[in-house]
Amino acid sequence: MQLDLDIRATLRSGKRSFNLHVQCTSSSQRIAVFGPSGAGKSMTLKAIAGLFTPSEGHIRLNGRTLFDSAAGINLAPQQRNVAYLFQDYALFPHLTVRQNVGFGLRRGWFNPGTRKKLEKVDQWLDAFHLQELAHQYPDELSGGQRQRVALARALVSDPAALLLDEPFAALDPALRVKMRLELSQWQQRLEVPIILITHDPEDARILGEHVLYLRDGQIDSAENKAA
Amino acid sequence: MDIAWTALALSLKVAAWATALNLLLGIGTGYLLARARFPGRDLLDALLTLPMVMPPTVLGYYLLVLLGRRGTLGIWLQEHFGINLIFTWQGAVIASTVVAFPLVFKPARAAFEAVDGQLEQAARVLGISEMGIFFRVTLPLAWRGILAGVLLGFVRALGEFGATLMVAGSIPGKTQTLSVAVYEAVQAGQDDAANMLVLITSAVCIVVLLAAGRLAPGRIVHK
Repeated sequence: MQLDLDIRATLRSGKRSFNLHVQCTSSSQRIAVFGPSGAGKSMTLKAIAGLFTPSEGHIRLNGRTLFDSAAGINLAPQQRNVAYLFQDYALFPHLTVRQNVGFGLRRGWFNPGTRKKLEKVDQWLDAFHLQELAHQYPDELSGGQRQRVALARALVSDPAALLLDEPFAALDPALRVKMRLELSQWQQRLEVPIILITHDPEDARILGEHVLYLRDGQIDSAENKAA
Repeated sequence: MDIAWTALALSLKVAAWATALNLLLGIGTGYLLARARFPGRDLLDALLTLPMVMPPTVLGYYLLVLLGRRGTLGIWLQEHFGINLIFTWQGAVIASTVVAFPLVFKPARAAFEAVDGQLEQAARVLGISEMGIFFRVTLPLAWRGILAGVLLGFVRALGEFGATLMVAGSIPGKTQTLSVAVYEAVQAGQDDAANMLVLITSAVCIVVLLAAGRLAPGRIVHK
């Protein structure tokens, strides 16, 4: 993955203001942005996905410009071809596991039917051992199962990068260790580039190759284990 | 007792039309006020809720002034379409729609506000258009709350009296709805007719409430 990021934003709430200025270029497949809460990690990740618009700068992914304030380019989230794993997974509660996974494959105004079989959906249900759960609803699943459904849903449309927002924060410690290793293995097997944000040093250590340390909206230091 | 059945049929027709209109209007305005940020939003909300607190006769009078022969909208409708709404069943539909509107709009707005915005963001990143998100995520998740309001709005429209009488009058077989017919029967001392009408009204209301109870359960969706 080729990431070229240079964004600035200022947020004001009352009298306090927060300045974000994140600049980095990386060709790593495993980028981790590490820092305490309130450092601007979430804003950075949302900016890449198009869910937050920086006031200036540019974002380029694999040579494609997603955002460039100078050129007046700001692609909608729908056009960015990235996948986003939300902290609490944001699974659609009214849809089954199969419908959730197939959600992005079906365009238009209607959801895929509960019986609709798509080859690609089955492929990902198999990959994440979700076939037996295909007809269950998200509220019937455990935390680990939900995360696997969210991953399958994110990866089904061949994204250019998978963005992970504190992916293990919602899990209990024992499961966190297990899922972290599983995700690391999946990432290597599937060769999907990931950009992860976390406040957990273990996440950065195991999943991060190029680690950016973010503090008060600025990159404090960076470490690239591949270099 | 033909007059009773005619009145029932008319009441159901008027309430059905009013509910259909309120379904569209209530979802539209409820969604707009739940999502859009614009100056005057609170004022608009208050204006749209006004029919709930104002006496129906006052609303009826407003409608009469607006839609009547000398009303601005009335003149415009007459000149451009040759439509006169006063003393017609369509006029009764307008009156019932206005009176029942807040009962549909308020729960719809609350239901839309209760939908987790992150789910819509997730759909956005998955490449689904804004219209697709509305029909595939937002509306299905808000649907139960909307439906509750729609049923309330239906029974409110069915029982509408004050505004309907002002706008549509009481022409038997044409604009005389159940509740108006009850009033007329009692005024005329026709106790048999009044008893019949009251029993029919009660029966219809019980059927609607039972239907509402049937519709309400189903899969309970929670996060």
